[in-house]
Amino acid sequence: MSYKGKFRVWRGDSEGGELKDYEVEVNEGEVVLDVIHRLQATQTPDMAVRWNCKAGKCGSCSAEINGMPKLMCMCRMNTFEEDEVVTVTPMRTFPVIKDLVTDVSFNYQKAREIPAFKPPADVKPGEYRMQQVDVERSQEFRKCIECFLCQDTCHVIRDHEENKESFSGPRFLMRIAELDMHPLDAADRQHAAQEQHGLGFCNITKCCTEVCPEHIKITDNALIPMKERVADRKYDPLVWLGNKIRRRPA
Amino acid sequence: MTELERHSYDVVVIGAGGAGLRAAIEAREQGKRTAIICKSLFGKAHTVMAEGGAAAAMGNVNSKDNWQVHFGDTMRGGKFLNNWRMAELHAQEAPDRVWELETYGALFDRTPDGRISQRNFGGHTYPRLAHVGDRTGLELIRTLQQKIVSLQQEDFEATGDYEANLKVYAECTITELMKDGEAVSGAFGYWRESGRFILFDAPAVILATGGVGKSFKVTSNSWEYTGDGHALAMRAGATLINMEFIQFHPTGMVWPPSVKGILVTESVRGDGGVLKNSEGKRFMFEYVPDVFRAQYADTEEEADRWYKDADNNRRPPELLPRDEVARAINSEVKAGRGTPHGGVFLDVSTRLPAEEITRRLPSMHHQFKELADVDITKEPMEVGPTCHYVMGGVEVDPDTASSVVPGLFAAGEVAGGMHGSNRLGGNSLSDLLVFGRRAGMGASTYVDSLQERPKIDEADVDTAATEALAPFELEGGENPYSIHQELQQSMNDLVGIIRKEEEMEQALGRLAEFRGRIAKMTVEGHRQFNPGWHLALDLRNMLTVSECVAKAALLRQESRGGHTRDDFPGMNAEWRKKLLVCKLESDGSVDVTEEQQIPMRPDLLELFELDELSKYLTEEELPAK
Repeated sequence: MSYKGKFRVWRGDSEGGELKDYEVEVNEGEVVLDVIHRLQATQTPDMAVRWNCKAGKCGSCSAEINGMPKLMCMCRMNTFEEDEVVTVTPMRTFPVIKDLVTDVSFNYQKAREIPAFKPPADVKPGEYRMQQVDVERSQEFRKCIECFLCQDTCHVIRDHEENKESFSGPRFLMRIAELDMHPLDAADRQHAAQEQHGLGFCNITKCCTEVCPEHIKITDNALIPMKERVADRKYDPLVWLGNKIRRRPA
Repeated sequence: MTELERHSYDVVVIGAGGAGLRAAIEAREQGKRTAIICKSLFGKAHTVMAEGGAAAAMGNVNSKDNWQVHFGDTMRGGKFLNNWRMAELHAQEAPDRVWELETYGALFDRTPDGRISQRNFGGHTYPRLAHVGDRTGLELIRTLQQKIVSLQQEDFEATGDYEANLKVYAECTITELMKDGEAVSGAFGYWRESGRFILFDAPAVILATGGVGKSFKVTSNSWEYTGDGHALAMRAGATLINMEFIQFHPTGMVWPPSVKGILVTESVRGDGGVLKNSEGKRFMFEYVPDVFRAQYADTEEEADRWYKDADNNRRPPELLPRDEVARAINSEVKAGRGTPHGGVFLDVSTRLPAEEITRRLPSMHHQFKELADVDITKEPMEVGPTCHYVMGGVEVDPDTASSVVPGLFAAGEVAGGMHGSNRLGGNSLSDLLVFGRRAGMGASTYVDSLQERPKIDEADVDTAATEALAPFELEGGENPYSIHQELQQSMNDLVGIIRKEEEMEQALGRLAEFRGRIAKMTVEGHRQFNPGWHLALDLRNMLTVSECVAKAALLRQESRGGHTRDDFPGMNAEWRKKLLVCKLESDGSVDVTEEQQIPMRPDLLELFELDELSKYLTEEELPAK
């Protein structure tokens, strides 16, 4: 069941680099990450790659396999023909550090810019009561393993570096939706979603949903409902009137 | 003098899993400037792998539950070798720690009346595990990560700098602790990305580095689990206890080979899954040990009734503590009743409707579908034991988490004592929260008590730098990957789930040989993000902890929890009173000595029936009738 697989892996750093060809053993039941590890152990000991759990739970080993954003640990070798060249490149949206490792600090910056969960003022720890159906919407988004593949694939930033400043990307717009749908969150999130995090940039092409290894329906369940919530408030005559006659506290 | 980046903090936390993050939150809330250092990116720590839940006697599902019952279950699970004070604090404080997570934004699954739902698990008398499907660890780490961010946002409001009082140094490895006389004075390490050195000047260091599983071949642990904290503590003069006790989780994946060892959550059994051998027999009924006979069903009918009516039936034997189940599976496979790939069958497909399985066990469904092409709603899984957790760790004071070295604290898996000879499922996530917080408090109190700040000795910094670069110096030596593979194979084969004297002696011989080979390794390439170099440095730690495990295991002449001796099959009450303490000698070798356990407080002893105590304690230890 073992064969010599053909791999083409991007090697280099922030200064530049190139695709290099390797022939490496592939065994039954293996995933791309196994083969990358074998390369490291036998031919390229200094090849940089991030990984942790090897079970699709930590979201560390994100890369592009034949151009598709994927987790290397969840990409099985039997999805390729034996003579097919498997090309592995780093995520394109983020700056390369070395080989398959990219600088994903953009994501941590954006995470910081979203105000945290605001606990309800009058409910003590231990007294939180929420119904399962009400927590399920946010729970879906909390399945996110922060692999940042949705961020990588989103064309708003993939092809437009200049948008990074004003667009937080699907992962963090979904985080805002998660907090907005949290049954007990006491903060107002809708204005900021639009004005500070660039919800309006998203034109619901669903690329993020397609690459999500957790199969979260990012577009349908987070981004579109969030757009609707923002729109309702923006264009609802009562809300509009309320905002006009009652000054919101600072 | 070594060129390096320098930082000064009140408290440095090494490790960013549950224990590390909870410790850092506490230290920062106590007003201490705190650094968190982790080998991976922030939010990727091994805690994400925890599936089942966090055990806390909240009594939401069965109101009979309380801390006393949880304490009793924990002691029983650890075969009474546990540090009883830690088990007591843990059982008492776990509910508050779980409720606190809700104020940070965690969203646990709910009961019909809107409280946190709780599930059954091995060794727990009542449904006790707060959970989110089978991805509880992810919820825990993300919640704590987001709490850290919220504290940084507060600091930003106050100072204009997110990192004024709490900063995460991600992809940074600590290779040595610094000391001023007896006391800790800081930590030395390198950035993984650039290979550049970094020095933290700090009077208190909290170790929260997790476990040692990467010394074994078949393991559920990630690459980070190289026993760094265990080894750092020893090199700094601290002691380790209980290192002979390694938990082999009974259900790891056995096929395909590349995923061998990856965890299959105990929730599968908690929610109704059963274990069968190749003859289709539910074999666990044959393996209920005497000490547990009163609590476990002896017929399939009674076991099945328990899921609906737990008050009037005894528990299914599939829910025995992990050590019992792992040994049973091992025996079935050895007796020739294993599956084609050398495990046993774990079946939930005939026990629950498909939609129920995908709702309760979504990530297991996903994992088997994607990695093994198995649909667990239609067919059984193949499972076998996998190295999962080390009960042993740094010997700490239960209340403050302080080691014997002033200024050095430990919490979570790297600390020893809490779980005795075997940890119950669900007690790890609660352990992280309870003792993470206590370590944060202990470190803060210690810093406040200091008259003078301990200083870094520059000569020690130079030595640490030279040692870290040593693998680049030699040419033509062995590659660290191959030594690592041999080390894992040796530990798996010779100090694994069933142990024999001659095999352990053989293991010690090999470990001595690895020590020589590791000193002569060669690393290729340069210092920038070089996994070969990183492994070379981690190997040193793996070797030290492996030596502790093998030496302590050889000395303990009994079988208890995560230590099974083929040549000493029974439990021995005299050995229960003894802890094996590992210390590093000046020549780098491991010395193991016996230490007496502190007898359990009388009011805690009273929580057990005399009958049960007499199975574990010596005649003199038993309370007067």
